[in-house]
Amino acid sequence: MFESLDATLLARFQFAFTVSFHIVFPAFSIGLASYLAVLEGLWLWTKDEVYFALFNFWKTIFALAFGMGVVSGIVMSYQFGTNWSVFSDKAGPVIGPLMGYEVLTAFFLEAGFLGVMLFGLNRVGPKLHFFATLMVAVGTLISATWILAANSWMQTPAGFTVNEAGQFVPVDWWAVIFNPSFPYRLVHMVLAAYLTTAFVVGAVGAYHLLRGDAPKRAKTMFSMAMWMAAVVAPIQILAGDMHGLNTLEHQPAKVMAMEGHYQSHPDGAPLILFGIPNSSEQRVDYAIEIPKLSSLILKHDLDAPLAGLDTVPKELHPPVGIVFWSFRIMVAIGFAMLGIGFWSLWCRWRGTLGENRWLHRAAALMGPAGFLAVLAGWVTTEVGRQPYTVYGHLLTANSVAPIDAPAVATSLIAFIVVYFLVFGAGTFYILRLMGRLPRDPMPDLAEGPLRSAGIMPAAATPSGSRHHGH
Amino acid sequence: MAIDLPFIWAAIIAFAVLAYVILDGFDLGVGILFPFFKEKHDRDVMMNSVAPVWDGNETWLVLGGGGLMAVFPLAYATILPALYMPLVLMLLGLIFRGVAFEYRWRTRRGEFLWDIAFSGGSMVAACTQGVALGALVQGIPVEGRAYAGGWWDWLTPFSIATGLALIVGYALLGATWLVMKTSGDLAERARGYALKAGLGTLFAMGVFSLWTPFLEPLYFDRWFGWPTLLFSLLVPLLVLGCFALLVQGLRTRHDSRPFIAALGLFVLGFAGIGISFYPYIVPASLTIWQAAAPEESLAFLLAGALVLVPMILGYTAYAYWVFRGKVDPEEGYH
Repeated sequence: MFESLDATLLARFQFAFTVSFHIVFPAFSIGLASYLAVLEGLWLWTKDEVYFALFNFWKTIFALAFGMGVVSGIVMSYQFGTNWSVFSDKAGPVIGPLMGYEVLTAFFLEAGFLGVMLFGLNRVGPKLHFFATLMVAVGTLISATWILAANSWMQTPAGFTVNEAGQFVPVDWWAVIFNPSFPYRLVHMVLAAYLTTAFVVGAVGAYHLLRGDAPKRAKTMFSMAMWMAAVVAPIQILAGDMHGLNTLEHQPAKVMAMEGHYQSHPDGAPLILFGIPNSSEQRVDYAIEIPKLSSLILKHDLDAPLAGLDTVPKELHPPVGIVFWSFRIMVAIGFAMLGIGFWSLWCRWRGTLGENRWLHRAAALMGPAGFLAVLAGWVTTEVGRQPYTVYGHLLTANSVAPIDAPAVATSLIAFIVVYFLVFGAGTFYILRLMGRLPRDPMPDLAEGPLRSAGIMPAAATPSGSRHHGH
Repeated sequence: MAIDLPFIWAAIIAFAVLAYVILDGFDLGVGILFPFFKEKHDRDVMMNSVAPVWDGNETWLVLGGGGLMAVFPLAYATILPALYMPLVLMLLGLIFRGVAFEYRWRTRRGEFLWDIAFSGGSMVAACTQGVALGALVQGIPVEGRAYAGGWWDWLTPFSIATGLALIVGYALLGATWLVMKTSGDLAERARGYALKAGLGTLFAMGVFSLWTPFLEPLYFDRWFGWPTLLFSLLVPLLVLGCFALLVQGLRTRHDSRPFIAALGLFVLGFAGIGISFYPYIVPASLTIWQAAAPEESLAFLLAGALVLVPMILGYTAYAYWVFRGKVDPEEGYH
């Protein structure tokens, strides 16, 4: 039944499916590892047990998410060879060493210290344990750096020549790593990971504030998350804008697809807010647009001319519809995050951060927003790179492995079934853990007089519950 | 050429693969032995004995794969498509095995499911790794920088035999690991399984030693040509020595000796395969020099590897040292 399906299309779908599942976990664990390091650092510094309780709460969730990231990541490191062998043969000499450095500098570091971080506190003591937590956090950031260097090189390749076997051969490693889009992409992704985590932590805090079951811990994490949202969301929008300008310079066709600009606009291009891209007619149907705003955003000049996809041969167009929509989803979520961040600042200033139930409801709703934005952003940049794997140099159609369509179809179905089963179960366990903020027997953690009284009637006074152990 | 970079890299990749086989071998072996220990308490201890280190162990597999792409891209681009099905199955097995480490503690009702995922995933991963090895030893046809065979070529009696043998071999590593890391009844029963798996491993090594030379003229020349014949004569003696050490260690209830003897068996088997292959990296098709990346790539990554691999070995050793000694049944964060 799969004979009619194109093996290349199946391989692309398999890569898109497995990498989309995978990116969700690093996006979360990069941010969460840093958050854990901050929590443990605050605990060691202030000796406030609330930070230690939060550290333990998020540590278990981190272990689950990290485990899912590891197993889905190994699939990626083999899929380049199993399904994209021609790409691997040609581009391996350039991006292979970048990924090799990722393994050597990041994966081993994370894995080596993860065990100590999860199981070793009683064995190594708090200081060395904090060091292990820091190493895990640093490892996730180093990992992001290398893999984004590799991805950015595929988007904006630099520092290479091509040898007689058709392989990309590095000439200048500095130029390979610091290729034109790398700094922008790295900043944009790391900030995205931090925002994603902030909104997850914020949602869990908001949920427990709404339930009122552990006010002190819930408020602490909610407040920390909202600081993050308020500070990072505006920076992220700025970074995204700069990333967009960089893309305009190096991958103009991608920006044309993002903007829905099929036609060139010699004197000021409109910003299309919404519409339905119609690639067969090369126009956007039902477009709602603001005149000249696109030129203002991209060129900082209302009347600047902007070229459209009519200047690009049709066989080199990226799929406009996907890129157009994924970009709008990402931007909309970004502005919603900005809105929550500012709202939280307002409530904080008014002193109602812990009480404003509408803010809590909105924040709880925004819990998965970061994941959606990360996925939408990656779809924009990866689909926008089409029809190339190495932009401008190697076509996707010429990158694929000589695997028969039935084999790819079989593995694709297996991946889909297993991923939904395994990562569905994992997501369920994570959500259940998030929903349970277990009461800690330590007296310092008593959440307030009423609760203490409920548990320990004998110590009805708050001071009594605070200073005497069991 | 002053420095033979492909040769150095072949040695490093071989080291990474050996490190993976040994380290994840005992993790997977513990999973393979899960069905033989029905008690929840035993299973908890077994899993906790590898929980702090499995992730680091599996990272050697990523280094083996990712490193191959960096330094022998043509080998990566021909071996992986040739082994498509076994590798996809291995990855799926490793997914089930890997997530079970965390999921198992998150549910009471579904615990048995993740026990099955842990042991089933371990068995599938071990078997498919053995199949992949067998298929590689059989040889992989390459034409014009691409794999030139079909997607069922890997499936032969030889590769099935190597797949089953690796399950037994990993079970030996797992059982001797449990002898070293656990105590009481659990360790006692692990001794029994270690002896059985040890006999099985010895038998498998004997069978493959007789079978391999007749697969490929190159191997025959290697095994019975001069001076490699010396090695062919020496290895069986060393293998018997390791086996004797294993049996003696189990008899005298020594903690670590059986594990060290099992490691010895694996190192000898691995060296035997390596010497049969060399200088081919894709047997009968590509030598390490034909498959190597350009010198710029090899040199760039080697500069880092020379500094980083010793550091990795250092802090990995530290992580093992932190969790040294017998597993305390009451410990664990779960």
